[in-house]
Amino acid sequence: MRIAGKGLIDTSKTVSFSFDGRRIEGAEGDTVTSALLANDIRLVARSFKYHRPRGILTAGSEEPNALVTTGSGAGAEPNVRATMVEIHEGLEVKSQNRWPSLGFDVLSVNDLAAPFFGAGFYYKTFMWPGALWEKLYEPLIRRAAGLGALSGDNNEDRYERAYAFCDLLVIGAGPAGLMAALTAARAGADVILADEDSRMGGRLLAECEEIDGKPGHIWAAEAVAELAGMENVRLMPRTTVTGAYDQGTYGALERVGLHKAADGHLPRECFWRIVARRSILAAGALERPIAFPDNDRPGIMNAGAVRAYLNRWGVAAGKRVAVYGNNDGAHQTARDLMDAGVEVAAVIDSRKDASVALDAPVITGGRVIATSGRLGLEEITVATGSGQERLKVDCLAVSGGWNPTVHLACHMNGRPVWDEAIQSFVPKAGMIPGMEAAGAANGVFSTAGCLADGAKAGEAAAADLGKKASKTKMPKASDSAYRLEPLWVVEGKGRQWLDFQNDVTVKDVRLAAKENYRSVEHMKRYTTQGMAPDQGKNSNVGALAVLADATGRGIPETGTTTYRPPFVPVSIAAMGAGAQGKGFAPQRFTTSHAASVERGAPMIEAGMWYRPSYFPRPGEKTWRQACDREVTMVREAVGICDVSTLGKIDVQGPDAAAFLDFVYTNTMSTLPVGKVRYGLMLREDGHVMDDGTCARFGEGHFVITTTTAAAALVMRHLEFVAQGLRPDLDVQLVSVTEQWAQFGVVGPKSRDLLNDLLDAPISDETLPYMGHQAAQVMGVRGRLFRISFSGEHAYELAVPARFGEALYRVLVARAEMLGGGAYGMEALNVLRIEKGHITHAEIHGRTTAFDIGFDKMISRKKDCVGQKMAAREGMVEESREQLVGLKPVGAVKQLTAGAHIFVEDAQAKRENDQGYVTSVCYSPTVQSFLGLGFLKNGRARYGERVRLVDHLRGVEAVCEVVNPVFFDPEGGRLRG
Amino acid sequence: MRVVCPHCGERDRREFTYQGAAEILDRPAPEVENDAWADYLHLRENPAGETRDMWYHDPCGAWIVMHRDTVSHAVHGGELASEVRK
Amino acid sequence: MRYSGFKVFTEGLTGNKGWKPVWRDPEPKSEYDIVLIGGGGHGLSTAYYLAKNHGLKNIAVLEKGYIGSGNIGRNTTIVRANYFLPGNSEFYSHSLKLWENLEAELNYNVMHSQRGLINLFHSDGQRDAFARRGNAMINQGDDAILLDREGVRQHLPYLDFDNIRFPVYGALFHPRGGTARHDAVAWGYARGADMRGVDLIQNCEVTGIDIEGGQVRGVRTSRGVIRAKKVAMVAAGRSGQVAAMAGMRLPIESHILQAFVTEGLKPVIHHVVSFGMGHFYISQSDKGGLVFGGDLDFYSSYAQRGNLPMKEHVMEAAMTLMPMIGKARVLRSWGGVMDMSPDGSPIIDKTHIDGLFVNCGWNYGGFKAVPASGWAYAHLIATGEPHETAKRYRLDRFRTGRGIMDEEGTGSQHNLH
Repeated sequence: MRIAGKGLIDTSKTVSFSFDGRRIEGAEGDTVTSALLANDIRLVARSFKYHRPRGILTAGSEEPNALVTTGSGAGAEPNVRATMVEIHEGLEVKSQNRWPSLGFDVLSVNDLAAPFFGAGFYYKTFMWPGALWEKLYEPLIRRAAGLGALSGDNNEDRYERAYAFCDLLVIGAGPAGLMAALTAARAGADVILADEDSRMGGRLLAECEEIDGKPGHIWAAEAVAELAGMENVRLMPRTTVTGAYDQGTYGALERVGLHKAADGHLPRECFWRIVARRSILAAGALERPIAFPDNDRPGIMNAGAVRAYLNRWGVAAGKRVAVYGNNDGAHQTARDLMDAGVEVAAVIDSRKDASVALDAPVITGGRVIATSGRLGLEEITVATGSGQERLKVDCLAVSGGWNPTVHLACHMNGRPVWDEAIQSFVPKAGMIPGMEAAGAANGVFSTAGCLADGAKAGEAAAADLGKKASKTKMPKASDSAYRLEPLWVVEGKGRQWLDFQNDVTVKDVRLAAKENYRSVEHMKRYTTQGMAPDQGKNSNVGALAVLADATGRGIPETGTTTYRPPFVPVSIAAMGAGAQGKGFAPQRFTTSHAASVERGAPMIEAGMWYRPSYFPRPGEKTWRQACDREVTMVREAVGICDVSTLGKIDVQGPDAAAFLDFVYTNTMSTLPVGKVRYGLMLREDGHVMDDGTCARFGEGHFVITTTTAAAALVMRHLEFVAQGLRPDLDVQLVSVTEQWAQFGVVGPKSRDLLNDLLDAPISDETLPYMGHQAAQVMGVRGRLFRISFSGEHAYELAVPARFGEALYRVLVARAEMLGGGAYGMEALNVLRIEKGHITHAEIHGRTTAFDIGFDKMISRKKDCVGQKMAAREGMVEESREQLVGLKPVGAVKQLTAGAHIFVEDAQAKRENDQGYVTSVCYSPTVQSFLGLGFLKNGRARYGERVRLVDHLRGVEAVCEVVNPVFFDPEGGRLRG
Repeated sequence: MRVVCPHCGERDRREFTYQGAAEILDRPAPEVENDAWADYLHLRENPAGETRDMWYHDPCGAWIVMHRDTVSHAVHGGELASEVRK
Repeated sequence: MRYSGFKVFTEGLTGNKGWKPVWRDPEPKSEYDIVLIGGGGHGLSTAYYLAKNHGLKNIAVLEKGYIGSGNIGRNTTIVRANYFLPGNSEFYSHSLKLWENLEAELNYNVMHSQRGLINLFHSDGQRDAFARRGNAMINQGDDAILLDREGVRQHLPYLDFDNIRFPVYGALFHPRGGTARHDAVAWGYARGADMRGVDLIQNCEVTGIDIEGGQVRGVRTSRGVIRAKKVAMVAAGRSGQVAAMAGMRLPIESHILQAFVTEGLKPVIHHVVSFGMGHFYISQSDKGGLVFGGDLDFYSSYAQRGNLPMKEHVMEAAMTLMPMIGKARVLRSWGGVMDMSPDGSPIIDKTHIDGLFVNCGWNYGGFKAVPASGWAYAHLIATGEPHETAKRYRLDRFRTGRGIMDEEGTGSQHNLH
């Protein structure tokens, strides 16, 4: 019910939205809950387990009951706190976890079966027969559980991430936060003030309090205006600080566009990483309910929320209201309601000695022992000193006291301390380095106290930051004491609900204690207390008190569960913003990319890079046809392949040769200038890390290559060796992978092709196999290496990257004139398998130089990384799996990598496993399928027949074990 | 988390690659027996508290011996590995 | 007290007044035959099988906090047997078999749910590596199916097949893989051990291990000295500190692994799914929360909490792989302390001290190992001989170089597994 003349919003500006299809009219500035209450709607949701009717408990992000789905289709957002949703024209709101309707929910039968569904009941049943768990019990439980539903459609909305840095982050813009921000900002500190509400002011917007003789909300507005006018202040409304992390890093979630219809442009939310040298936690306090029987009906609300709806939004939460509390604060609720003309049926104060100066019926020492009303509160029963009294009310405003919002302060494992006076936990200094708590979050509950505490924290932060704060003039405000008498549980018939969201009752906690789940963590995990979307913000302290009582311990001794980020739930889309689709990782393109795409090559991912798979020609129907043709083309004419993705590292310095001797197993110091050598690198644990080539350009100048996959890893490793292990060596390293475009020119006609382009022709004499030289290609200075991965007479020509695309096009055109052309990764793979060359399919991190037959490449004349551990007894045993070639015996349909190898007539089981296949291809050159693999004691088994078994693909093949070099084992073609 | 690079100052943790305990810098001589070598490579003090470990600052290429706390996550500062070893 | 649907029913009718403590809270005795240091999943299952399989009685489990306060209570609950290296294959295969009968064994519903594990791959090379793995699983007698892209689409139609940075090529499907309710596993074993006479002693921190003449004599604790003929360390997450009390250094570095859970949602993800290019895996709990995780934070830590970079990375992976979960909200994140070993595989072995045993190095795979680890460790402690399924989990494999089980192929750097 809207009260004319109350509230801070302009009720003349109407905004309509829908709730479960019903059109609701609210006002600009309303939240969904204030608008629903204004329309006398109390039933908003169904609970998790028993599908109990639930309404609205709070007016903030801690709301446990009023969770709804907003939007529809791909834009549907489940589990949104209706208290935090600002209405806008056309907003769709739906209730959740009910079928067929909110008013009539079939699964509310669960409530009738509640005696059988107590804490942890599912651990004790559903065990027989075992097969029914996945088939029956679990699907039933899953369907009943959960709250809202995802749409199932891909996210289509925009989300963002952003970064900010400041001297001081003030969390919360209530009286303490505003004073802290004002004080520090006036002293010159860079301040970020973040508050999760759309409007700053905190409780000042919800209370009828005066500051400096004016309404609190006016004072707040003036403070905000002053801050907004300062260049060193950034105000971040609608921003919840969600987590405190190391070195002053805070996560924060800004609701950028959620208060408007999605327009595809404005992000819905933005996840911030804020780095602050200091922070002040001024997040206020959360009111706690009292666990009396049937305390969960719609219409039973926190008293502070009732005041907030009245004073901020001009909405009375009921027509006839009772107030129930254990502290003086509750009385203010009655006072505000009566001032607004709302009937207050009774003020029930649990304290016998409470003095209540109110013009309303007062019951001191009273207890609410029962409530009724199926879909909303209709009546309460109060036990008075003399008997029982029944009151017809549609709203009960409850206050069990307030809990400081300590959560962020506890995110680094610190535990808050129990404050006897306020019967709650408060932060202790130093829990988060650089953070101070102030105001209600610090256990200071009066307005004057909050202002002073905020100013003090602001001054201290400014001083820490080396700024001098001028003397703050303290605004005048009320300093009423906060008096309460603990009241956790009221006994009576009916269940006393603690965790509204997860349907945990006092009885559940007591049962946990009885069954000896006495640790607070056991109780939590057994009953699910505090594990719901509010993470126990409304119920944990109460549940602790019940557990403490049940186990005969004090509350501080019982201890709290662990506070974990985020403070409010954060959407995956916000925290992972930017990664959807292709944004997950950088895309690296070679200079030949466009030319390859033009030729119709499917581009495949190779790490971050994209490389052509094959180059289809007219008439070719399968990749195999293209691949076979490309292989033959290379073997018979000339092929062109972009090899720029291989890592290239320039190594220079007087000790460059000594350094390379240390990182390679073989010796590079003996390599003559102008020559290239194959090199093998080990990890220190003796396994192969990577392989590549090493070209010497001068006494102290080498360029080495790495595999595409290991480029960054090798660079980091070499820097580690240079800086950490061998700082005695004078050597400098720089990655030049991106500076050079490099192309393989491969095949018997490769030299003919090159000699048409090079300014100075080459010959076997001027550039023999494993030689390299500077080369001028059509006027561009480049580097020419005579090296081969295919076993053919081949070159790699490198030019500065800006000439890459042009050169590639020329090379391919020339190759085509010679009966060759471009070839892709598939053909590259076939060519190297034919030659028995390894890739990371073979050097997969578990193989040694011994395994791949390269143990002789480990020079014993010098120390090198990995040499020592490669010599461990288990690393050189004959029984290890060794690289072999596998050639089918007779006709086979295919070979498959990933097959395991067995003795021909042995059963295919682990005990008989002899090895596995790493690489396979069809070789048009050898006209056979070929495989590389690792076989126990393989080098001694050439000529033996083995069986390859691939259960997964249903492929078996008998192969002969052969030398892995299938083609041109003498290497004549390399030099030809 | 913010980590200190001696060259670049305090930077976001995403700029760094972590390797492990700084014990790895005490590489034995080749003539040391295999078991001691294996222990060097695999065994760790693994302290709960103050530690020194290896971080690589990818943008500037520095290997850093970081002085850190494994319980509080405090980062006290770092020295260049090349300086530590000299 | 035997649990059953009938018992739940009759207790419900009589006000749930008859439930008994699930375990005792005994005072520690001055001497035991066997003392286990650590009341987590592995310690509790070890105690259970020592009593059950070997008929031993005089056993204490010493736990510095509450039972199940370590990684058994802070993991992503995945149970699988999809290893491919000898040593791991037979061990995890055995473990999965034990899981499949665990409810009946313990008379406690651990909600083992064999909903199927789908490991996606994103290149031909990854496919072949997964094929090797899948074939090894079948050779071991377990199950595996290689799915192509269309096969994946049938199971997981909600993935972003069209626009993802690393397209889905296919997956290795392990139908018997799944999840279980983590706390229930600890409680079930604890209850079973307690019923068989094992003393579960909570809030009892071990502060020293007494060794005389190369023989273990007992432990010193925050609740006094306890003598023991055999002492078994089983304190993953604190293995190094415990071993240091015996003067040992272990091949272990401690690292943080974070995990996340969203608010409850109606059923939407029906398997365990892992992304092959971004360290991301996800399942949906029976309560409806999406439970997911990623890689280590990578720096050594004992803090049981992580930082934003890895959190954001995990969310990024979620958004590229399955952007339909973008509007799910992360409710809670936490971190567990992992014993990272140099080859990513665990250690179950004797030590050089008589009567002192070590069980550690579970990396991020300890949860699914709980039944078989307890089984094998109990066998080792009781008989002095390694169990058939765990004989490769030797402490000396890093010295000999023999039988290193590096499934990831990343080498001896602890945090890369």
